Amino acid sequence: MADKILDIRNLDITFTTTAGPVHAIRGVNMDLERGETVAIVGESGSGKSVVMKTAMGILAGNAVINSGEIIFRYKEDDGSTQEVDILKKEKKWIRKNINGRKISMIFQDPMTSLDPTMTIGKQLMEGMIMHLKISPKEAAARAVQLLSEVGITEPGRRMKQYPHQLSGGMRQRVVIAMAISCNPDLLICDEPTTALDVTIQAKILELIKKLQADHGISVIYITHDLGVVAKVADYVNVMYAGKIVEVGNIEEIFYEPRHPYTWGLLSAMPDLETDDSRLYTIPGSPPNLLHEVKGDAFAPRNQYALKIDSLKEPPMFKISETHYAATWLLDPRAPKVEMPEELSRRIQRMKKEVKEDGSRL
Amino acid sequence: MAADYSQEPILKVEHMKQYFKVSSSFTVKAVDDVSFDIYPGETYGLVGESGSGKTTIGRGIIRLYDPTDGKITFKGADITGKLDKDTFKLLRTKMQMIFQDPMASLNPRKKIGDIIGEGLDIHKMYSTKEERKQKIDRILAMVGLAAEHYDRYPYQFSGGQRQRVGIARALIMNPELIIADECISALDVSIQAQVVNLMKDIQEETGAAYLFIAHDLSMVKYISDRIGVLHLGRMLETGTTQEIFSRPLHPYTRSLLSAIPSPNPRTEKGRTALEYDYATSGLDYDKGTLTKVEGSHYVHGTAKEIAEWMESTS
Amino acid sequence: MSVQKAVQSEYALQQSAYEPSAEDFVFDKSIDIYTDRNYASVGFWKGVFTRFFKNVRAVIGLVIIVVCMFLALVGPHMNRYGYSDIQSVYDQETGKEITARSLPPRIPWLHRMISGEEYQDEFADRTFLFGTDSLGRDLWTRVWYGARVSLLIAFVTIFIDMIVGMSFGLISGYFGGFADDVMQRFVEIANSIPRLVIVGVLATIMPKGIGLVIVALLLTEWIGMSKIARAEMLKNKEQEYIMASRTLGAGSGRIIFIDILPNTIGPIITQMMFSIPTAIFTEAFLSFVGVGIMLPQCSIGSLIEDGFNNITTLPYQIVPPILVLAFLMLAFNFVGDGLREALAPRIEDM
Repeated sequence: MADKILDIRNLDITFTTTAGPVHAIRGVNMDLERGETVAIVGESGSGKSVVMKTAMGILAGNAVINSGEIIFRYKEDDGSTQEVDILKKEKKWIRKNINGRKISMIFQDPMTSLDPTMTIGKQLMEGMIMHLKISPKEAAARAVQLLSEVGITEPGRRMKQYPHQLSGGMRQRVVIAMAISCNPDLLICDEPTTALDVTIQAKILELIKKLQADHGISVIYITHDLGVVAKVADYVNVMYAGKIVEVGNIEEIFYEPRHPYTWGLLSAMPDLETDDSRLYTIPGSPPNLLHEVKGDAFAPRNQYALKIDSLKEPPMFKISETHYAATWLLDPRAPKVEMPEELSRRIQRMKKEVKEDGSRL
Repeated sequence: MAADYSQEPILKVEHMKQYFKVSSSFTVKAVDDVSFDIYPGETYGLVGESGSGKTTIGRGIIRLYDPTDGKITFKGADITGKLDKDTFKLLRTKMQMIFQDPMASLNPRKKIGDIIGEGLDIHKMYSTKEERKQKIDRILAMVGLAAEHYDRYPYQFSGGQRQRVGIARALIMNPELIIADECISALDVSIQAQVVNLMKDIQEETGAAYLFIAHDLSMVKYISDRIGVLHLGRMLETGTTQEIFSRPLHPYTRSLLSAIPSPNPRTEKGRTALEYDYATSGLDYDKGTLTKVEGSHYVHGTAKEIAEWMESTS
Repeated sequence: MSVQKAVQSEYALQQSAYEPSAEDFVFDKSIDIYTDRNYASVGFWKGVFTRFFKNVRAVIGLVIIVVCMFLALVGPHMNRYGYSDIQSVYDQETGKEITARSLPPRIPWLHRMISGEEYQDEFADRTFLFGTDSLGRDLWTRVWYGARVSLLIAFVTIFIDMIVGMSFGLISGYFGGFADDVMQRFVEIANSIPRLVIVGVLATIMPKGIGLVIVALLLTEWIGMSKIARAEMLKNKEQEYIMASRTLGAGSGRIIFIDILPNTIGPIITQMMFSIPTAIFTEAFLSFVGVGIMLPQCSIGSLIEDGFNNITTLPYQIVPPILVLAFLMLAFNFVGDGLREALAPRIEDM
């Protein structure tokens, strides 16, 4: 517990829009320990990106933070550990001391992070010269080394090229090199692979995993794709309508999910062996947070909805030390509900798959 | 209704070519000699990465582009070249398209009801206003939207809802072939499954055939009867879903298959995906031909390459 | 902020107050999960209005335009002077007509209130809000009469923009290829001829007056709009929603005027608002140099010219028409800016 790097408590954010206030984040708690990987999973509009933008101090101007704190503990260059509440700091201070330095972010589209008019080398060196206060010569040497580390061939020649001369996968590799260039404590990946061709997606995830192990970086993934989560995460936060509805370690979420929303997410994703003629899915669409949520936000899409769901918001029920879920189905008074049969069958099969083929573990 | 292979194919694409002239000396061969056919009630999945020509094929078939060469037959009528009035009407009613981008594919200044009813309006497919409203309401219910959505505008909806409107717009024409151009790739995984289920239900009810275009194989497997794998404008491998998934031959197909993520962390954590890079693969697509392996399973390559792949997979 | 706080606390109250009982833990069969009822509540025009009226400058601009229009309509009728009537009194003693030449602004009751005295001349009981000109005509009446001309020009411009410029641009952009090439060369040629040259040629073949001003505007004012409309067309015609219309068999007319036109309305209205001040100024300029409005009619431009002739001796004569001109131009610019921001369909940042 001592080495928590990020600690988000009771975060509550409203956006003022011309259509009215949008209550986008409704009391989010989350923590991340050093060296771990946490995934935030949810549909678009669930607020998963907003939480991370808040942590980086890059929220849009129309956001109002109603409550909460984001404690970030990072290592100074001399090895001492500093502790700050990001929400209490000025944007300017965050930009100078945190962004790109202690927390880096990788976005979905690599071109949003690259300047099309600047060579790859210059862009890579810029951050290092500014944040690490090293000479251009040192920076250039380190840039070449970083490029080869992220799997770019002929790094010397690539340094002189412009972003448009590279393929999408290559660009994302350059962005990753930029992100780790200043030895950050935390890396936030916002859908890092959705814009790339499928055959490259897995490669990028494998690269991030390798770099994370080599450099001891903590990583937060923001994604809607449980395939990505299965590949990389240690802990999973499932987010729905601005709240975390289920949290647990990767095994708990994938093999013992308790929230009906997680059930839906898991079974919506066919694996190669799925043979059912229908996928069990969550019907409908996520709620529009312009309208204040009454009770459980998921109730209108939940086939197991209880009467209480439209009256009162469920608290987080504890299932194990690490596993919590916010659904009234876990209340002792609630009727007993099992996960959909298709899903439980699949989980059984997936567990067996590993036992038979131990080498894959 | 399942695919009916005893009938004539509803769509026949023969040696389709689509070249785009970029400058006087440079021509992009977006689609190069692609042939396939689709039977009534069948779903044909067309898979390939960006730049493979899959979208161009879809748009060429529905005549948003004019194909450079080749012959396309739809319900027995030749739909290449200049179309006569009846063929035009056949093409514009019985063949429909679902588009990729749920944000861009709906006219932002039109009400949902009018977007869905546009085809009815153009072809005057109703006699009274009530009949029009009735038809639209029925389709709205079919795609899981409420009747009160009739008067709303596209920006008031989420991505998944909009895509359902796009499906409703195609569906109201009672099409016999629907081209779904990456219609789920912009959606969240959970919503993708919802749309795929909806499309399957519609197929069961109406017997429409689908050309399902996608960039990955995970949902394609789930919806398709047969699959074609495209790369750089060529058909590299085609066959029934069973054939492709049980015995993928071409290295590109194999890399696509290995890229399908599995929601099983214990296996997924240790797995590394296969890589495929045309430049370093040693393959030359110009030398190979599409060759029959067995049944309806065809693969593109030279005799020597195919023999090698067959050996390594048997 | 305060509204939000209220929402917050209400929400918190609702969350904490309810104490669930056992009968709440049964399945709720009343929820129809298979019909999706979600949507955002605000309509397009409501959003546009909200954004427009939140913009202080735009509102100021709108108020100025409304006030000017109102005064242009009723201003000349607020007193008994005609715009071309020379104000005079008949002096019984000398048997001469005394005209009210070049009187500074005067409001008798206000003068009485401030100084306690009456005006001592023949026009002691008459009100001239802006004074009179060198011929003795009431400037208030003439300025608002002149503003009518300016506003008429504004509406003519809208008409030209809409009919000529917009159609030209939309058609050129939609058909592309050869048609577009020919039409764009035509625009370039038209655009390369200075407006003054066109006016000069027109002045030799046409009688001077408002007709000449309108023809001059007709020949030059549509170009800007045609460019905007063409650019909007090029942007929209490749969108998937247009492809969707085409796959449904929509014809060119339907695509241009029913599908695309409503989507270009934002930039087009904005461009219109920006071209109005240019047109008003063009008319003022032409009248100022003497090829526009002819005496005894007047427009803002000819009034400025009159005032300019006497600027050293009677500076107050030039102030009202210049202010009206400046305010009108500013106001149309403000409104144009406000509309551009309000109409831009944007996703609010979150």
